[in-house]
Amino acid sequence: MATFFGEVVTALSRAGVDEEEAEREETPEDLEIRRELEKKRCRRRWGRDLLTLVLPTGCNAVAFLSSFILDSVRWEVVGAVSLWNEWCRTLDATNVLPTDSFCLFYRLISDPTVLLCQCNCHVAEDQQFQWLEKVFGYIQKKDLQVIILSTCPVTNYKTPESTLTLPSPFLKALKTKEFKDTICCPLLEQPNIVQDLPAAVLSYCQVWQIPAVLYQCYTDVIKLDTVTIETFKPVLSSKIMASLVKDVPESTEMLKKLLATNEIHNNIYT
Amino acid sequence: MFVPCGTAARRDFKGFTLLMPSVSVGNVGQLVIDLVISTLDMPKVGYFYTDCLVPMVGNNPYATAEENSTELSINAEVYSLPSKKLVVLQIRSPFIKNKYRSFCQTVLSWVKSSKCARVILLSSSHAYQRDDQQLHGTPLRYLLSPTIQKTVGDQMQKLNWKEMEKVAAYPEINNAEKVLHIPGGGITKLLFTESCSKEIPMAVLLKFCSEGDNIPDALALVNYLNEWLQLIKNESSSTTTTASHWKIPSSWRLLFGSGLPPALF
Repeated sequence: MATFFGEVVTALSRAGVDEEEAEREETPEDLEIRRELEKKRCRRRWGRDLLTLVLPTGCNAVAFLSSFILDSVRWEVVGAVSLWNEWCRTLDATNVLPTDSFCLFYRLISDPTVLLCQCNCHVAEDQQFQWLEKVFGYIQKKDLQVIILSTCPVTNYKTPESTLTLPSPFLKALKTKEFKDTICCPLLEQPNIVQDLPAAVLSYCQVWQIPAVLYQCYTDVIKLDTVTIETFKPVLSSKIMASLVKDVPESTEMLKKLLATNEIHNNIYT
Repeated sequence: MFVPCGTAARRDFKGFTLLMPSVSVGNVGQLVIDLVISTLDMPKVGYFYTDCLVPMVGNNPYATAEENSTELSINAEVYSLPSKKLVVLQIRSPFIKNKYRSFCQTVLSWVKSSKCARVILLSSSHAYQRDDQQLHGTPLRYLLSPTIQKTVGDQMQKLNWKEMEKVAAYPEINNAEKVLHIPGGGITKLLFTESCSKEIPMAVLLKFCSEGDNIPDALALVNYLNEWLQLIKNESSSTTTTASHWKIPSSWRLLFGSGLPPALF
């Protein structure tokens, strides 16, 4: 379909409206992408009997979990999924957030049935299914519950009013049929949809009847931002997250550290 | 793969007519499927879970009230109405690159295993690629695979429908060799040719159109479909169903995006 002004907008994605007349030889770049995608890179040290999986995607959701939930005392790293796509950037500097091409898995030491996956890298459309197989393939579905946190530009939110008038950032939720707990914000109304990895995970959970909830924060800031991060705070009162929350002073300190580190890396003069 | 929802959901659709869209120009086939599901209030019976389509989720696109608005929908779902022996597959996102062939194989394999009596593929084709003859008259066309030709060929004659023309393989060079050409049709041609070779009874209904506001195109194509299948009865004296007979789904709101900022004016 066209946009309001009549122009046809091509979505930036590797999805194709594949027509036979559009088939062409693979370029060297295509071959390199295919080779890298086919490399299986997954380290995993968690058992099958998981009960809770927390999955923040994107820098703000990852920073929220790093500040308010994760610490090196109560959580241990138990695995990683590394992937490569043309959106990956290589970072040589060490920082407190996972590097761009990794999804890191943390397990709660006191309760090994709780797993947290920090996914700060872009998982491309044609990698999402394989990502799901690697992560969920070894987890039993019975009694599992999943919580996903994600952000999205507020310009993607459809409303009769202009998005400029919306009080962003704000939180919306989507849940699978089996999810019966209370949600901490309004549900995402039609005709709004969710895409990318959160959609892949939620689809998997809906099809295989796993209770799951996605909290999507619509924000007008694309980089790391305190206001966006703090919009996720109502999620801390949910049944899944309430028992995992750190002390408030510790969280505030961690948030300041994350933002400072990010500012240094974003400074073109360093 | 087809994953039924609910323990009582059926897995086979023996004798049913399967309607499905091709992701094609203007998304006309998908819009038609939306109209059929919405108007007939078809319940969801399962998911078509596949790695061939871009993932997406949203709340119930056919919601009519608060109570039924919270059911999650994914990118490919199956709806059924046993009273009309009708099963519908809706596809809501584009194909992942290089996965369209795999999808064709999967869907045709499901058609065979579910024992559907026939498949009707709803599609569209670029209006700007029409030749001089096609510019005149109706923009609606049909195609029948050999297996379904035997059973419904006469009906098409009675309906006075126009079969999709073949075009010259090498125009201006060799006009004798004719091939089927459906530009903008997505996987229409592939699904049709595979159905022909696998002896699957498939009919293709398509409309020539361009990208834009494709709701009128969808209404034209769904009325074309209704001429044949009589999914909804025509109460009035006119020979064709009109737009008012089809229920527009709630998800068709804001098709062209959010409201405009007042400061623009």
